[in-house]
Amino acid sequence: MSIVIEQAVLEEALAGGVFIGLAAAGLLLVNGRIAGISGIMAGATGPQPKIWQWAFVLGLVAAGAAAALLGRALPPALGQEPLPLLAVAGLLAGFGTRLGNGCTSGHGVCGIARLNPRSLVATCVFMLTAGLTVFVTRHLLGHG
Amino acid sequence: MRLNSVVSAFAFGLILGAGLVLSGMADPDRVKAFLDVTGAWNPSLALVMGGAIAVAAPAFYFARRRGSAMQGCGISPAGSAVVDGKLLLGAAIFGLGWGLAGICPGPGLVLLGYGARGALVFAAAMVIGTRLAGFFAPPEDA
Repeated sequence: MSIVIEQAVLEEALAGGVFIGLAAAGLLLVNGRIAGISGIMAGATGPQPKIWQWAFVLGLVAAGAAAALLGRALPPALGQEPLPLLAVAGLLAGFGTRLGNGCTSGHGVCGIARLNPRSLVATCVFMLTAGLTVFVTRHLLGHG
Repeated sequence: MRLNSVVSAFAFGLILGAGLVLSGMADPDRVKAFLDVTGAWNPSLALVMGGAIAVAAPAFYFARRRGSAMQGCGISPAGSAVVDGKLLLGAAIFGLGWGLAGICPGPGLVLLGYGARGALVFAAAMVIGTRLAGFFAPPEDA
């Protein structure tokens, strides 16, 4: 094991985290909603979508479009992953977050921020299985 | 008021998305490097979660005391605090998907905005996965 730390990367990570926290705080205090992305997305694509859910989802998509327009390069990894792998990963992410009622934002940020033990447990579990998955695919199977 | 809530929801989605881009959470390589604790570990993403929680936590505390949002509507109630099999299984399956591609739901939607074909496949599969889960185990909340 080795640890890779770059000052600029750490600063970006912290600044980005603050943005995420501000958005979660804003959606809570202004709209009265929890910024759980998987739940909002499931609501928007479900049988009774709300306009605010679509607006939030479109805001996220627009952020990516704006980043591309501003010349921020697409993460190179995305072009290299086989499409079937992305399809399986997407299916698992959608299925798992719906079953477990939350993802990195809903459990990992909002749930822990409001001291919900359920979210703390969920976050530990998905971090653990995600880490194990990377260990198996990278170090045992030699992929990515 | 309804229009305001739509505009603010869009704005907060945009800010959250910008945070995901800036922080590196929308970069599958960096996410995998964060999850790869036995390899060349890049711990920077721990600061993303830490920073976000540090900013959001006072808002949750304040919202709980205040009881209503600025647009007059109630605050979405805290969900169940029970740890059950559904939560554990769902979180485990989500982690498997996250580790496979290095993409979680938010970055999946942000990357869709980049117009990448892979992101379209991921996002479409994610929506299908959501529907399948609703079919097998209808969620208690919405």
